[in-house]
Amino acid sequence: MMKPVIVNNIIKRYGKKNTVVTALQDVSFEVDQAELFGIIGPDGAGKTSLFRIVTTLLLPDGGTATVDGFDVVKDYKAIRQRVGYMPGRFSLYQDLTVQENLEFFATIFNTTVEENYDLVKDIYSQIEPFKDRKAGKLSGGMKQKLALSCALIHRPSVLFLDEPTTGVDAVSRKEFWEMLKRLKEQGITILVSTPYMDEAGLCDRVALLQTGKILSINTPQRIVESFGKKILAVKSNDMLLLLNEVKQYEMVEDAYPFGEFHHVVLKNNSSLQLADNLKQSGRQFELKEVQPNIEDCFIALMKS
Amino acid sequence: MSIEKVITAEKLTKRFGDFTAVDAISFDVYKGEIFGFLGANGAGKTTAMRMLSGLLLPTAGKATVAGFDVYKENEKIKQNIGYMSQKFSLYEDLTVRENIRFYAGIYGKSNSFIKEKTAIVLEQLHLSGEADKLVKSLPLGWKQKLAFSVAIFHEPQIVFLDEPTGGVDPVARREFWLLIYQAAASGITVFVTTHYMDEAEYCNRVSIMVDGRIDALDTPMQLKNTYAAESMDQVFLKLARKATRAAD
Repeated sequence: MMKPVIVNNIIKRYGKKNTVVTALQDVSFEVDQAELFGIIGPDGAGKTSLFRIVTTLLLPDGGTATVDGFDVVKDYKAIRQRVGYMPGRFSLYQDLTVQENLEFFATIFNTTVEENYDLVKDIYSQIEPFKDRKAGKLSGGMKQKLALSCALIHRPSVLFLDEPTTGVDAVSRKEFWEMLKRLKEQGITILVSTPYMDEAGLCDRVALLQTGKILSINTPQRIVESFGKKILAVKSNDMLLLLNEVKQYEMVEDAYPFGEFHHVVLKNNSSLQLADNLKQSGRQFELKEVQPNIEDCFIALMKS
Repeated sequence: MSIEKVITAEKLTKRFGDFTAVDAISFDVYKGEIFGFLGANGAGKTTAMRMLSGLLLPTAGKATVAGFDVYKENEKIKQNIGYMSQKFSLYEDLTVRENIRFYAGIYGKSNSFIKEKTAIVLEQLHLSGEADKLVKSLPLGWKQKLAFSVAIFHEPQIVFLDEPTGGVDPVARREFWLLIYQAAASGITVFVTTHYMDEAEYCNRVSIMVDGRIDALDTPMQLKNTYAAESMDQVFLKLARKATRAAD
């Protein structure tokens, strides 16, 4: 069976002759059936351009892409009928009610809310008590749930979610990812983008995207394993001073703040040396070895 | 960090009709402190920040900012604070230099002050070569660092930062925080909101708003002890899950 999403050497440029910005530079990846695939990258990485290309809303300047075997340029009509798309900006009808929005999207796709209710029930039931409220009057979290319900109501084979959790607080973010996990269990392929590195671990596989280039594609586990260097977490009472000091040390490849601690990446994996140096400085400090996470990997890949 | 208070709030309250957005919050912020102001969407952070920056009159309670009363001296407050947010900070169609000139001019700084300090700021940000480029041509991370430098260019006592690092890449996000550390070390008080829980750890103290109230306020370490949590993320989840109010 053909993979639901195949992206081959996609290039996208904006602007004219002397002010050309390359938003996507030779981007390639494939998404498997019922996979939760994450595009992880900061603003300006090219996430939205990529989503607009695979949802047939933007033409690439090079490369090819297919969704369910259909070409994003030639077969755009077929793709539009079978995918669900939730853009980054809330794009439902603000002056229709919750229920009207859902019915509208069902009708456009030649189906009914009743026919596919089982698929959206889990999500829609949370906002159903407000079904007569205008979409424009909903809270951020409720808008997000309605948008997801509308993107799902025609039972799409592939779901494209562009930054669904941006600007959403930590609690709502957790709930949203739990919903995605349950959708995936029902066989829906999901391509989702996020600027939050800590959400990478919730995906089956991720592509790390930065300034239009893919830095790495793999399972979160494998990406972390491939980091290959030892990281020590250090803290003391003056964190700024500590950071400037460890950056000077010969054995330190990189050092940067990481929550309560600074992460120190070592050149030669000898953690004793760092402890020695810190002791010599007469400073009170706490030091422990930590496993790298996706953000450490992203930082290392950005700097390499 | 000193014991001089630059923000005091006592039972500060804002009601919109019968909805209490901010419900009698009391806290102090000290000079040179990095104060993290956390809360779920809809908890009342923005309303509280708008009152503290002199943009919105409280319904009840007391507060002073930079020594000025939020009811009677809100114009004075505006002159003595800086502000930047993720959404709006700089004029995209002005150059780097023009943005600095514009903001410094608004705060009434002299030409000689602006000229001298512009050179220093550009040097510090390694932006001397881009001074005459339009802001829209800069990468987001640079824009945010520039926006912060512009927000404190007039040397305010306090700077309010509303989700300053949203969507910024992990390297630029850390460079941004080094600027915050430096500003705090020079005596500027930093009042910051963020959705990144690792950034909560960079603050001297953190308050967490739930349903319009401040439910917790302490150093990150004490908060983790109090709530038997390993990270600020866990502390936040424990508190925010109690919220009964719908998000904004």
